Amino acid sequence: MVKIEILDQKDTRSGFGAGLLELGRSNPNVVGLCADLTGSLKMDAFKKEFPERFIQTGIAEANMIGLAAGLATGGKIPFTGTFANFSTGRVYDQIRQSVAYSGKNVKICASHAGVTLGEDGATHQILEDIGLMKMLPGMVVINPCDYNQTKAATIAIADYVGPVYLRFGRPKWPVFTAPDQKFEIGKAWHINQGNAVSIFCTGHLVWKAIKAGEILAEMGIEADIINIHTIKPLDKDAVLASVAKTGCAVTAEEHQMNGGLGDSICQLLALNNPRPVEMVAVNDSFGESGTPDQLLVKYGLDTVNIVDAVKRVMKRK
Amino acid sequence: MTSKYTVNQLKDIANQVRRDIVRMVHAVQSGHPGGSLGCTDLLVALYFDVMDYKAKPFNMKGEDEDIFILSNGHISPVLYSTMARAGIFDVAELSTFRKLNSRLQGHPATHEHLEGVRIASGSLGQGLSVATGLALSKRMNQDPKTVFCLMGDGELQEGQNWEAIMFAAHNKVDNLIAFVDFNGQQIDGSTKNIMGFTEMKNKFEAFGWQTLDMDGNNMADVLSTLMQAKSMLGNGKPVVVKMKTEMGYGVDFMMGSHEWHGIAPNDEQLANALAQLPEAIGDY
Repeated sequence: MVKIEILDQKDTRSGFGAGLLELGRSNPNVVGLCADLTGSLKMDAFKKEFPERFIQTGIAEANMIGLAAGLATGGKIPFTGTFANFSTGRVYDQIRQSVAYSGKNVKICASHAGVTLGEDGATHQILEDIGLMKMLPGMVVINPCDYNQTKAATIAIADYVGPVYLRFGRPKWPVFTAPDQKFEIGKAWHINQGNAVSIFCTGHLVWKAIKAGEILAEMGIEADIINIHTIKPLDKDAVLASVAKTGCAVTAEEHQMNGGLGDSICQLLALNNPRPVEMVAVNDSFGESGTPDQLLVKYGLDTVNIVDAVKRVMKRK
Repeated sequence: MTSKYTVNQLKDIANQVRRDIVRMVHAVQSGHPGGSLGCTDLLVALYFDVMDYKAKPFNMKGEDEDIFILSNGHISPVLYSTMARAGIFDVAELSTFRKLNSRLQGHPATHEHLEGVRIASGSLGQGLSVATGLALSKRMNQDPKTVFCLMGDGELQEGQNWEAIMFAAHNKVDNLIAFVDFNGQQIDGSTKNIMGFTEMKNKFEAFGWQTLDMDGNNMADVLSTLMQAKSMLGNGKPVVVKMKTEMGYGVDFMMGSHEWHGIAPNDEQLANALAQLPEAIGDY
């Protein structure tokens, strides 16, 4: 198992804020919109430096999506910011008609995704957003794993023409990917080479998968660990090549089992190379109030759950 | 901008558009003739007289052009016919309306790359937000042109409109003219019975908009009201026009009720309708 160092502890939403600020400086067409959560989305620095390109929409997310579609039609590159729940479920039809079906170059940027939002509880802890967004034709879905990857993804999506859903989170989290990395949409990051089992992981659970890989390595199990930061379009070649080598897979994500990364992996394998899969994800349940760490444990999204899933799936080979 | 057409010429074009509408809906036995006929005079006035735009080549961004956004997308027949008659695409394509592989989808869409359409609409309540976003992009680009947006009166029941109405006033979006087609009808009956909505102008004014009244089926009044609306731009407030229309206007048996909101005429009814609408510039 390769050694992955923790460089820092930072929230992924701050990576978004830093990326957006850089974009503001490099691309005059980038416009920021926020629905009364500027501080939470870390859009303050962009707002301060580019007040003429920052739009406060108030608590009116449907209008924000429509405004963004109009701005994109006029040639701007709008980045909308609010919590993941209000970025997707609340405005699904607006995104479907005015953004996705209309093919608008809108970047829907969503913080506080998943249970690691913590104490606010299930009203705010959306675990269905990846599924909602990936079902929309033409929508790119990205869930980066740390501050540096989120910053790089934010910068990269401005150069891609078309609708994008960028999902990140609230808690401080280990930073372990390279600063100033180049982010390539749809190109998975191969973290560790192994032959025993494939672990496909996204978002906050990438760090948990790395910790699981270390534990497994001590047990003599070398895992092929791949970070699927782009859930759609899926890096099919990377997934199929890995499973051809290992013969089984575990998926890990902070999302419902239904509609998430695991579901995309299962579909790909079922159609091309049916092999046993175990999924580390929330099993048809809402979250609740608690600390992020407590919730990851209670909802089965911790390191130990990935290790256990590997043991189960290897028995099914 | 000087008018290219007299009021009577515009009325003739409107008659032709109304012929197109009933023929398109009849040909495919589906679509929404009622609201389309009611809004014909407005669209003809906009596309043939008021708006400054390039019919060809179509530019999605609409830089340095006036832009029209149709929010109540079910009245697509009037949009398609008016745009084709204005030279944005070939009138022969009107015969493909609502048919397989057509660019003239049941509700307007950008997906099939029909020139002149900048946003999909049909799921109601979204157009005013999009129009406001376009108006903001024009302001950011120092583009002096205007964005126009048409909504239905029943459509104001959608809450997103009120988000946009609040936003546009607060942000002084004063390069935006909205129209509410006040025909008093929606699918299930009269708006009065379904969701009573009175004092529209007072409500908009309370939100910070400027308001005007217009007889939407009187071409001379449409033209003068649009002139007045344009003169009210640029003073820090958006403009809304309460446009009184008759659903089905121009075809006597389609007027006076909600019955013709979304049904097609049969052969006999088509002949009856066409007899009331003199052919002006040639059928497609």
